[in-house]
Amino acid sequence: MPGIGSALLVVAFGAAIYCAIASVYGARTNRRQWVVSGRRAIYCVAGLVVASMVLLEIAYLRSDFQFALVAQNSSTDTPTFYKLTAVWSSQAGSLLLWVTLLALFSSAVLFATRHRHREIAPYAAAVLGGVAAFFLFLMLFYASPFDALSPVPVEGNGLNPLLRHPAMMIHPPMLYSGYVGFSIPFAFAIGALITRRTDASWIRSTRRFALIAWTFLGVGVLLGALWSYSELGWGGYWAWDAVENAALLPWLTGTAFIHSIQIQEKRGMLKVWNVSLIVATFLLALLGTFLVRSGILDSIHAFGASTLGKPFLAFIAIAAVGSIGLVVARLPYLRSDARLDSFLSREAFFLANNLVLVGLAFVVFWGTFFPLISEAVTGREQSVGPPWFDRYTVPLALVLVLLTGIGPALTWRRSSPSSLKRTFAIPLAAVVLGALVLIAFTPAEDSVLSLVMFVLAVFTLTVAGQELWRGAGARRVTSDDGFVLSFVNVVRRNRRRYGGYLVHVGIAILFVGVAASSAFVSKTDARLSPGQSTEVGGYKVTYERATAAVGDDASGTGAPIALGAVLNVERGGKEFTVRPQRNYFPSQDVAQDGAIGRFFEGEATSEVDVRWGPIRDFWLAVQPDIRALDKPIAEANRRFTDSSGDIQALVIAAIADVYRREAPPATFRTLVSPLVIWIWLGGGISVLGALLALWPGAGTSRARSIAAARVGRELSRA
Amino acid sequence: MTPEAAFAAVLVALLVAAILARPILRGGEVDVREDEELASLETAKESKYREIRDAELDHRIGKLTEEDWRRTDRELRAQAVEILERMDKLGGDRAAEGR
Repeated sequence: MPGIGSALLVVAFGAAIYCAIASVYGARTNRRQWVVSGRRAIYCVAGLVVASMVLLEIAYLRSDFQFALVAQNSSTDTPTFYKLTAVWSSQAGSLLLWVTLLALFSSAVLFATRHRHREIAPYAAAVLGGVAAFFLFLMLFYASPFDALSPVPVEGNGLNPLLRHPAMMIHPPMLYSGYVGFSIPFAFAIGALITRRTDASWIRSTRRFALIAWTFLGVGVLLGALWSYSELGWGGYWAWDAVENAALLPWLTGTAFIHSIQIQEKRGMLKVWNVSLIVATFLLALLGTFLVRSGILDSIHAFGASTLGKPFLAFIAIAAVGSIGLVVARLPYLRSDARLDSFLSREAFFLANNLVLVGLAFVVFWGTFFPLISEAVTGREQSVGPPWFDRYTVPLALVLVLLTGIGPALTWRRSSPSSLKRTFAIPLAAVVLGALVLIAFTPAEDSVLSLVMFVLAVFTLTVAGQELWRGAGARRVTSDDGFVLSFVNVVRRNRRRYGGYLVHVGIAILFVGVAASSAFVSKTDARLSPGQSTEVGGYKVTYERATAAVGDDASGTGAPIALGAVLNVERGGKEFTVRPQRNYFPSQDVAQDGAIGRFFEGEATSEVDVRWGPIRDFWLAVQPDIRALDKPIAEANRRFTDSSGDIQALVIAAIADVYRREAPPATFRTLVSPLVIWIWLGGGISVLGALLALWPGAGTSRARSIAAARVGRELSRA
Repeated sequence: MTPEAAFAAVLVALLVAAILARPILRGGEVDVREDEELASLETAKESKYREIRDAELDHRIGKLTEEDWRRTDRELRAQAVEILERMDKLGGDRAAEGR
């Protein structure tokens, strides 16, 4: 069976190369049939890699250990849910996921544009085919997902315990969908540059793909943060880790791109900027994939280290040099059709927003790659930590939220002083009122930067609310709709506009969550014995008793041993119980850890008990001290090494029970984080906004015909 | 690779080759440059219509004064007319070529 998978990849590789060659040949010789054939090649690649992926998934589900990948990343006792996701926990599997998503996205866009962009699309197909060919090349010559094992092992290593979290099932496909999605506008931008068709038509055809990619990437980043918060046991959701940053970078430039293409669509401006942004976003997406898989930078994502560095860097270098060279060569065709009419216009503020986003991306890039830069210059590797990132990103984030509020409130071209007064009077009043309320009733003034962020968020939310209110009001004047219906109809008929506002609302809320949870978190690390208590953020936490479970992991990760605690938490007369635990996965090193000891000495993961709330979260993780078990483990290793599995299981259960009965002191990390849930709720609102903006509008054609009729009337008068 | 896998690869490769060869063997039309130009103008037209609608909504919700809206609307419609004229001209040229 692994041989069939390899065979499918070989044919897919050939088809991808054929796609690139046939598409370019067809475009250059005006032979349409070759272009059609090239396009079909992408469909074939999609079919072949999907078949490969299905084959691999079946192998995982069947625990077919003749597949080396399955043996390395799964086991018979890995829960089914995680067997399905184990495919992309490995390097080769994630490359297959990348190319599968790329082929599906490419097929979708090439099918959608099969009757349009007859000049641009073949070159876009060639670019997409080339990228697919590169990833297939990596799988064929560097990291095959279909390597076979002989003899076939009876058991596999199991999935990395850290990845046994629901967010991790969706996180990589989301990130990769984001990375891959940005390949589409990139490919069309290259096609537009090659054919000198640098108007906004390539943007119009790929705008949705850019927005879909942006949404996926954003969801991926947020899921990664959720995983960090609820799985890693350190209490935070963002550590400015190299791999986290690698996903954030294309999201930042992609956000800038989504804003600035509107200026090109409306005004024919910023053509150089837009192609540069999408080139940068694509290159950063490649870099993100490379960083996770290369292991060149220290990261908590140590499971990604590999040897793909050289071919990946070579490909990124070729893509960078080729793209930048093409942009430079086409500069004469990228001149703006119009000039900025006024600094008090939406396009001016979108441009400012772009500069801030690119500034943020630069800061994150510099901080992330500083270890490599410092090593290249001084020979000594130096890294920068969260305080360095915070120093630059926090002020930029404040400006970004301000611009998020101002930009949509302005009109395209120019805004008059009288309309500015009318537009900003209520939001500014809300800012003053919000500041007074926050200072009077909350501790917000203890952190000036957070207070500023809260106030700016109030401004942004008020602007968005006012826009919607006035839009619905205007609708009521010109229709018989009631209030609710006018509200719904104005949104329905202007989905892009109000979808964008909703995204901004979500982002402002997200930043409120970040500011509040960063500045006002209460945290304590306490070593407690049963009966002892600690206090944090107004909560009294009492360690009641230890727990031990063998073969009965409540969190569903498949961990054979789970040691934990039951704690009583009391605040303001209300009590609740939390049950954090630490899951222990067996090591494979029987010689060093012993036949019984290996079950306690392998990797361990935290199962944090989080009580989510709209005002604050209560978060608690336990770190059991299992040194007390050293003696019985050593004894068991000595006596039961050659015993049957059933007897060993009884012994392990007995040792775990020692922990439960004797309950040695354990270390508890407790956090009370205000508003932290709003990070993900804000993200969710942004996703809803993006979906609203993406949703095809039934009213569009009617609105278009109304506008057309008006222009038609003008024509008849001329 | 096992002989069975090699045979499967050959079969799949033949199938793919057949799919790819079909459009070439059938022959096909030759691209015409005007299609792309018309598509570009169509895009510009739709963007312009959207701008007109946006400006109207901005006016109705009080973001554009009456004077600013009339001026902007006039400019936008003039640009839309220009695009339509270019599309008509291109369509006429194509029709003439067709004859």
